[in-house]
Amino acid sequence: MSKRIKVLGFGLTALAMCGLSYSAVVAEPNNNQLMIDGKKITTNVKAPKGSPFEKLYSGWRFRSAETQKLQSDDFENPGFPLVDLGTELWQKVDGSAGKSCASCHNDASKSMKGVRATMPKMHKEIGKVQSLQQHVNYCRTERMGAKAWKWESNQMLGMAAYVGLQSRGMPVNVKIDGPAKAAHDKGKKLYYTRVGQLDMSCAGCHEENFGKMIRADHLSQGQINGFPTYRFKWQKMGSVHRRFKGCMKNIRAKPYKVGSDEFVALELYVASRGKGLSVESPAVRN
Amino acid sequence: MARPRVKVPKSASKDEVITIKTLISHKMESGQRKDKKTGEKIPRKIINKFTAKFNGTQVFAVDIEPAVSANPFLQFTVKVPESGEFEFTWLDDDGKTYSAKKKITVN
Amino acid sequence: MKLTKREFFAFGGGAAAFVALGGMPVGASAATDEVKKLISDFAGGKMPASGKVSLNTPEIAENGNTVPVSVEVESPMTKDNYVASVMLLATGNPFAGVATFHFSHMSGEATATTRIRLAKTQDVIAVAKMSDGTVFMDKKQVKVTIGGCGG
Repeated sequence: MSKRIKVLGFGLTALAMCGLSYSAVVAEPNNNQLMIDGKKITTNVKAPKGSPFEKLYSGWRFRSAETQKLQSDDFENPGFPLVDLGTELWQKVDGSAGKSCASCHNDASKSMKGVRATMPKMHKEIGKVQSLQQHVNYCRTERMGAKAWKWESNQMLGMAAYVGLQSRGMPVNVKIDGPAKAAHDKGKKLYYTRVGQLDMSCAGCHEENFGKMIRADHLSQGQINGFPTYRFKWQKMGSVHRRFKGCMKNIRAKPYKVGSDEFVALELYVASRGKGLSVESPAVRN
Repeated sequence: MARPRVKVPKSASKDEVITIKTLISHKMESGQRKDKKTGEKIPRKIINKFTAKFNGTQVFAVDIEPAVSANPFLQFTVKVPESGEFEFTWLDDDGKTYSAKKKITVN
Repeated sequence: MKLTKREFFAFGGGAAAFVALGGMPVGASAATDEVKKLISDFAGGKMPASGKVSLNTPEIAENGNTVPVSVEVESPMTKDNYVASVMLLATGNPFAGVATFHFSHMSGEATATTRIRLAKTQDVIAVAKMSDGTVFMDKKQVKVTIGGCGG
């Protein structure tokens, strides 16, 4: 592993905010392979055409061996109690129509297979690109006559993780052309726009500096193929929009709201940067 | 709501030492944190005891303090002399108990 | 303000404000006296010897909220000669107590794994009490990384 010291020209604002120290260490993503129940999960793939990267790396590759291990066994993965909840909710009748998810979608292992890999995607009835959570809530309010779930509720996280699990191991493959193009372009613009008191963009960390240490943390490419993800920091599972909010707070920007058009667009664009990596939901990170 | 998960092999040979994994969803509120809005301490609420019984006999137990992580995970071993049933119990500070049972066949 | 030659930035002390350990406030730590008393009470006043116990911890924990820890004690684990219990202590936490594992001769092996909260870089201690009352101890330092970003 090569270790180099690099110096940075960084804004005075940031210096004042952070008490900047001029050193950094490069630590390449590690070379470990992820197997879950004997099934290989692709955490490293050649970048598709047009990608700013040569190779794509799942965030799993940037974590320590101890953290990685927790994702290699579903009984050690602390996200699984919520998957159990999602499994139950799939069958549970709720709302005025007397239906459950299973009433229409039957066996999730068949009907939901591959769904997570294409999210976010165009929702015909709503008329715009929507995250998995919004597809779920549309079914709940319009088809089941049930109340919408809150974005970060256990129910929604559990359902998103359960639906996501049906695509585990499948390559991320979101649509970014046709009716999805506008959202993709909006997301791309957000990704490269510097915001907040620290005047930083997503790209400043996750494109230009991945692999380096941001103090004690190993910067990843910001891939989102593992969401919803169990994080030690949160001590629970959370959505990618919650993660976006955390990044924005760190750079002293006013975060958008979970489920906002901005975050859906950003989610689509960031997902497209990870095309070919396996869906890992529910992943485990620090 | 706490949700227990346990992994026990379905079968084993006589006197085989088997590995058991358990995990229960629980916030493990340490009693050390303060409410950001009110500034008051959030009262402690943890799983404080875990027991594993095999055919009614305690084979393993843990006294748990707030320094155990949220969603407590425990892995341990048991030597199984005969077919039977495991019963796992988690005791919450609020007096609630959560339990799970698993059968094992010894050939 | 332009960040033209931006190879990298490393946040200094101020960035610690980005990170809050969910479980434990950083700063307070268990007094040495508390650790001594816990060990003495557990060991029945005996001085623990070294050997027999192996404590397995990561050298560096990516996040102090969830640090995998396992302990293993050499023992035949028979009816008359087994490990009765193992106490885990975190010497740099506000309270040193972490967990006490109670084994039996039916345990087969005296080994257990869990995940613990560490408020800062510190020593973790495992004390094992055998069925004959003898006591053994192992100690490992775990570096806890505080800082970085991690939203």
